[in-house]
Amino acid sequence: MPVQYYIYLALALFSIGIIGVLTRRNTIIVFMCIELMLNAVNLLLVAFSKMHHHAAYLQNKASVVGSEGQLFVFFIMVVAAAEVSVGLAIIVMLYRNTHSVDINFLNRLKN
Amino acid sequence: MSKLIYLVPLLPFIGFLINGLCRKYLTKPIIATIGSGSIFVSFIISVVLFFDVKATGLKIFKAFNFINVGAFKIDFAFQLDQLSALFLLIITGIGFLIHLYSSAYMKDEEPPHYARYFAYLNLFVFSMLLLVLGANFLIMFIGWEGVGLCSYLLIGFWFKNDKYNYAAKKAFVMNRIGDVGFLLAIFWLLAKVGTLSYAEVFSPSILSQLSQTDITVITILLFIGAMGKSAQIPLYTWLPDAMAGPTPVSALIHAATMVTAGIYMIARSNVLYSLSEVTQHLVAIIGLATALFSATIAIKQNDIKKVLAYSTVSQLGYMFLGLGVGAYTGAVFHVMTHAFFKALLFLGAGSVIHAMHHEQDIRNMGGLRKKLPITHITFLLACIAISGIPPFSGFFSKDEILAAAYAHSPIYWGIGVATAALTAFYMFRLYATTFLGKFRGTQEQEHHLHESPSAMTIPLIILAVFSVVAGFVGVPAVLGGNHQLHHYLSTVLVSEKTHTIAHSTEYMLMGISVAIAVIAIVFAISKYSKNPELKEPVGLGKTLANKWYVDELYDSIIVKPLLSLASFFKNIIEKLFIDGIVNNVGTFVQYASRQFRLVQSGQVANYIMIMVLAIVVFILLWFYDSSILKLAGKLFY
Repeated sequence: MPVQYYIYLALALFSIGIIGVLTRRNTIIVFMCIELMLNAVNLLLVAFSKMHHHAAYLQNKASVVGSEGQLFVFFIMVVAAAEVSVGLAIIVMLYRNTHSVDINFLNRLKN
Repeated sequence: MSKLIYLVPLLPFIGFLINGLCRKYLTKPIIATIGSGSIFVSFIISVVLFFDVKATGLKIFKAFNFINVGAFKIDFAFQLDQLSALFLLIITGIGFLIHLYSSAYMKDEEPPHYARYFAYLNLFVFSMLLLVLGANFLIMFIGWEGVGLCSYLLIGFWFKNDKYNYAAKKAFVMNRIGDVGFLLAIFWLLAKVGTLSYAEVFSPSILSQLSQTDITVITILLFIGAMGKSAQIPLYTWLPDAMAGPTPVSALIHAATMVTAGIYMIARSNVLYSLSEVTQHLVAIIGLATALFSATIAIKQNDIKKVLAYSTVSQLGYMFLGLGVGAYTGAVFHVMTHAFFKALLFLGAGSVIHAMHHEQDIRNMGGLRKKLPITHITFLLACIAISGIPPFSGFFSKDEILAAAYAHSPIYWGIGVATAALTAFYMFRLYATTFLGKFRGTQEQEHHLHESPSAMTIPLIILAVFSVVAGFVGVPAVLGGNHQLHHYLSTVLVSEKTHTIAHSTEYMLMGISVAIAVIAIVFAISKYSKNPELKEPVGLGKTLANKWYVDELYDSIIVKPLLSLASFFKNIIEKLFIDGIVNNVGTFVQYASRQFRLVQSGQVANYIMIMVLAIVVFILLWFYDSSILKLAGKLFY
């Protein structure tokens, strides 16, 4: 399967993520959109990694070129998991204090 | 022995420092002693130097390098020759008498002001000595500015009176206009020949480097300087107003010494002037015009000092006529005799003003002959001298100038004689109105009338003696003399034009001028001694009394347009343009910052929006035009 399909899909996911972050007010949705953007990047990493690996494999069966990209994906997933746990905790505290998960309530921090 | 020359200007300067710095701690007798004493010692030294020069001739004393840049050198040097020695005698001699006179005239002042007065006067004498002693044009210019400053300070001596301050400012500004001419002449000379010292500039090898145009321009520019300092048309209007100062100041600065600086300068540069016929004509015509013009004004003035002021302007015009027709000795001779009789007239006027308790209007005087006998006699002698009656001093100097003018052109002579007649007329109008007839002042004034103290009358008597006899140093050959002054000055005034008029013609010229002067005197005395002119004049007389409306003319063609230009700049250019730019820059920054503040709204979504848009813009930039990024890179790194 050509790599450009993966790129289009990743672009679509990333754009959906950005639009979601910019337009939605529900904190949980915003959070999900951020995850969407992260995973769009993950998808790209994996796709390019596979592409490079395939090109190297054709010349040398024992090549490991391209495996670094897949390694990065694991890092990103770990960081994302940590971020989600902190973020969800914040959201829980937000709900407890305001009985709402509207992101505009966070404006009150500015004063 | 010859080093004494440094003491001549130094002593007045020390006097200035002591009186100026310690003015709060000294008593009046000490102040007067320091002020007059320093000048007196200078005078003694000047006499010694005068005879020294007579024996040995020119000497140059170099004190130090004043300006020394590469090949461009100007020395601070003094030049002692016959001309400067003569001026030294005039300045210190008459200066001393006037200091002595001032010590009594100014005695009503508080001690600090009394000291201030003497300090200014000493500083003036110092500057004037610097002016005549300098061995190059730059030193002369320093003195030139110094006397201008002292003139300003002394005219405005009673600074609480706004009118006096205005007169002082006027004198200063008018002088500055002339000074610009002098300064330009110095620059021109420097640019062309690179030296300013008299010995070099007047040497044939340097003069040959100058073209005819150069010489004409330099001499005209120098003459503009002389116009300002010596009160010639069109820059003369400051001198009559300068009478706001104390009377001895008028005698010293505005009659005897400072105003003759222009004549000194031209006589000093006689080599240069004789090379430019255009300038000589200009000098003669301006001199003649000034002489006649201000003499007509003097006829109708009623302020005793104003008459004398216009008379001074007129006599200075005579001197310039002499310079213009090449009678340099005659001009310097007239400077000398004029210094005696005009200083005497001013001091006499001061004595009258003193006796009348600061009354200056001659219409309120009259009959002072009996009350002020010494003042009366000396004033009369000075009037005869200025009218040119032989054998008084004024006759010889005036006659020399008139004879040279006749040799040049009979028309010059005719106007000169007409001016002499006017001079005799207004002087005796002044004399008759002041001293003859009946007293017209208030009873209280009459009660207080008194002869001045001896500190004032002694200078009057000394000056009167000189006014009578000073002419004998310059008796011309036609009258059987051998003109000692001419021989004395001949090594300095080398460009003197010798005229050959037949002795019979010369007798006739003298006869005519004396006869006309006598007629004018008799007419003036008979007209004004019994019934002086008290009413306001009408017709031409009114024009004359208002000084031909020259002040008003200058006001409307120079002062008012300048003022309106200034107010245009102040109200339009400054307020609209300059202020507008500055204020609008400030307003714009304030406005812009108010608008930019709204960007920081606290809406996280907005921030992200801006961020995303910016990223998109940058990507597009990179994608389509990498050169813009390169430019950005150059700007930011």
